[in-house]
Amino acid sequence: MSTARLRDLRVFPGFGLLSVGCVVFLYAPIVVLAIYSFNDGRSVTRWAGFSFRWYQTVFANQNIQTAAINSVVIAVIAATVATVFALGAAIATVNGKKGGGEGAYVVLTFPLMVPEIVTAVASLVFFVAVGISLGFATILIAHIVFCIPFAYLPIKARLESMDATLPSAAADLYASPAKAFLRITLPLLLPGLVSGWLLAFIISLDDFIITALVAGPGATTLPLHIYGMLRLGMTPEVNAISTLMLAASTVLVLISGLLGQAGRKH
Amino acid sequence: MSARPLALSSRIPPGLAHAGLLWPSLGIILAFMVAPIAIMLTYSFLVPGAYGGVEWTFSTAAYEQILFERDFLDDSLTFTPDYLIIVARSLTQATVATLLCLVISVPTAYYIATRSDRVKNIWLFLITIPYWVNLLIRTIALLFVLRDDGPINSALIDVGVIGQPLALSYNGFAISLGLIYSFLPFMVLPLYSAFERFDFRLLEAAYDLYASRKVAFFRIVLPVMRPGLIAGSLLVFIPSVGSYLAPDILGGGKTLMIGNLIGTQFQAARNWPFGAALSMILLTITLIVLLWLARRAAQQQQSN
Repeated sequence: MSTARLRDLRVFPGFGLLSVGCVVFLYAPIVVLAIYSFNDGRSVTRWAGFSFRWYQTVFANQNIQTAAINSVVIAVIAATVATVFALGAAIATVNGKKGGGEGAYVVLTFPLMVPEIVTAVASLVFFVAVGISLGFATILIAHIVFCIPFAYLPIKARLESMDATLPSAAADLYASPAKAFLRITLPLLLPGLVSGWLLAFIISLDDFIITALVAGPGATTLPLHIYGMLRLGMTPEVNAISTLMLAASTVLVLISGLLGQAGRKH
Repeated sequence: MSARPLALSSRIPPGLAHAGLLWPSLGIILAFMVAPIAIMLTYSFLVPGAYGGVEWTFSTAAYEQILFERDFLDDSLTFTPDYLIIVARSLTQATVATLLCLVISVPTAYYIATRSDRVKNIWLFLITIPYWVNLLIRTIALLFVLRDDGPINSALIDVGVIGQPLALSYNGFAISLGLIYSFLPFMVLPLYSAFERFDFRLLEAAYDLYASRKVAFFRIVLPVMRPGLIAGSLLVFIPSVGSYLAPDILGGGKTLMIGNLIGTQFQAARNWPFGAALSMILLTITLIVLLWLARRAAQQQQSN
């Protein structure tokens, strides 16, 4: 049977149109929001010409700057700590399947199973109960906890697909275990580490509800600040700052996509 | 042999090294996630303190409050459906979101899986980007287009199709749309990966045996997608049922779901035991759905 006939058989009418509809649905609201962030008028409804004025307002706002810096600092620290912890856990769970591997896996992925709002209020209650005052530190601890599974899963997947005999070969060539790890295992693991770190970083930047409950009155992050702005209604500033975050996420996806492609070529 | 090369130093016994690698992650999750939930379970059986917090008196009042209202004067209990309605609404909204995501995602995932490799990657990339975009920002974007004076209503009024703006925002419809919009990529991606390795000769064989397109799709294609259907349904249902942002922002704070009710008990209302009881109910619902679907997935694997 010819491939042309087979290709034709695979087609179900209307599926292509639905897929296009699906992508349009996913993008239309964010594209419209981004377009209106360049609207010159105070009103968000009527188009009054192109302008960067709302971006200038956002960049001049000291509170937004502080919140943005907090968000990035928390995301970098949380993603890094979570990745280091997850690397250890991945090595331990992939190698030592004999000793309680199943149980360890359940605990490591537990934060993915609990609804976010439950994690949020449980963390709040816990920090209050043990007397840790709410603020930057509590946000950081909570973020490290929920970032661990997001870093762990890509690293574990990469480790499982790796040729396990390579470090042994290095050992046979008189490499010390530390050297074999640094020169063989770590470079091979790098794509998994990078995607785990990026995923954890994005998840940390993204979080609203857990941060909102454990932040207390002192510390704030960008999503918390935007949510606060939204209490006053949809304003052009909200559109502008949302568009900036949109752009930041897109750049990160592009970077991870390019890194992934580079990883595949090697 | 396999454990030795990854041990950090030959002087550390492998068992200790293994524990040293595993326990930082396990410890932090047990301490800051499992222990807090155990505390919540305890709190759900206590009574609320005067200024927030709890008093250490055993009571099942928090769970009773979900079904009954206690009269201040004679302490009698009267049935009240208010909270039950909120729980039911959460389950309904999550189920609707899951089903509609399935309806959109099955054809989309199938279509993507049947493209050439290059085109496939572009489609996957397009589906992945919204998955990375901040959930708050996406919810705000949806509110922006649905508002009474938003672009959809303005355009319809300008064209003259409607005189008054349609009530697209601040209601149950907006929440449904918000949940689908938030979690749609979570459904498309697992369906696609379940479907990627489909053997199209099966479809050809079905047609040779006089199957119609409809029969071929439902009897041949859909069963292959089942692991993806289960994974995708979990990934949409679980965050939907406990969602906070979609009901809060798109429902306008009037149409509550259980997530918002829990949030309120810990912030404004300061009734921690009631909030804790609601959290336990949400967690139980989540775990039941998780176990049920996991068991179905295991059965599926056995029958294959």
